[in-house]
Amino acid sequence: MKTNGILRVVTRFLIPLIMLFALYIQFHGEYSPGGGFQAGVIFAAAWILFALVFGLDEALAVIPAGAQKVLASVGVMLYSTIGVLGVVLGGQFLEFTPLIPGSPQGAQQAGIVLVELGVGITVAAVVMLIYTLFADRLRVVAESNREEID
Amino acid sequence: MAVAVLRMRDLFAAVMLFAIYSLVSASLFAVLDAGDVALTEAAVGAGISTILMLVALSLAPRHEDRGRGRNLTALVVVLVTGATLVYATWDLPPFGAADNPIHQHVAPYYLEESYKDIGIPNVVASVLASYRSIDTLGEVYVIFTAGIGVMMLLGATRKRRRQPADEPIEGEEGE
Repeated sequence: MKTNGILRVVTRFLIPLIMLFALYIQFHGEYSPGGGFQAGVIFAAAWILFALVFGLDEALAVIPAGAQKVLASVGVMLYSTIGVLGVVLGGQFLEFTPLIPGSPQGAQQAGIVLVELGVGITVAAVVMLIYTLFADRLRVVAESNREEID
Repeated sequence: MAVAVLRMRDLFAAVMLFAIYSLVSASLFAVLDAGDVALTEAAVGAGISTILMLVALSLAPRHEDRGRGRNLTALVVVLVTGATLVYATWDLPPFGAADNPIHQHVAPYYLEESYKDIGIPNVVASVLASYRSIDTLGEVYVIFTAGIGVMMLLGATRKRRRQPADEPIEGEEGE
């Protein structure tokens, strides 16, 4: 697929738009349909499209497998940290109100944005990681088949 | 559509039908004014799961094996379970009635008070992230665990296969 000019040009044009749309879904989720799950999946879809057209190696040069693993943990940690922060600042687990004293609405909104960001990072990283593992396994199988033929 | 998916022996066509099925469900949710659910179904059901199933399919043979004869016990279990579920639906309150228990519990509170509590117009987002935050945290853990599971299944074999080859550095980043 790397040699198909139309595919390359259209993909180059589409990927920024898809990523922008993912960010819109992520950070506009409080006002319109959307949130971390959908945004993460759409962001990962943009990366997978890149990997399909330009090859897995090119895509892994952008976001390496190690970074995907780290990001998956970072999202979960972000969510849990927000939860624990509520306890540390004198509330209950995952209670957002103590985050910004004096402004319960602002605290709730900050909590929701951060929590959704954690969700988005984890979902995007895990989907990319699963794709990477499958595609990599496919390559290993193809290599071993070639060796058997030789 | 679901019957067509089940009867299909060609797995590639089954995956495609499954994607169309998800897309139709997404439009159904959109018609029912459930924007969040429709978006999720379109992105996850029709998009990502189709891609992941296709990638998995590229590792497996394209056609399903013919089953070994008929399994009577399975048929009986399925029929009994189905009949019980159909019998249980007779006790459900009428669809969409305003005095159903589901509309009496916490839903009115969320709809009426969430803007005052939180100040954002999307009730789904405030229920998901604030009122029911622990549920969402659990979901994130589930996704994370799924990623770890796939990593253990596929990543480990990759390490073992790669190590006899001449790439000793590559194997170390597997953990």
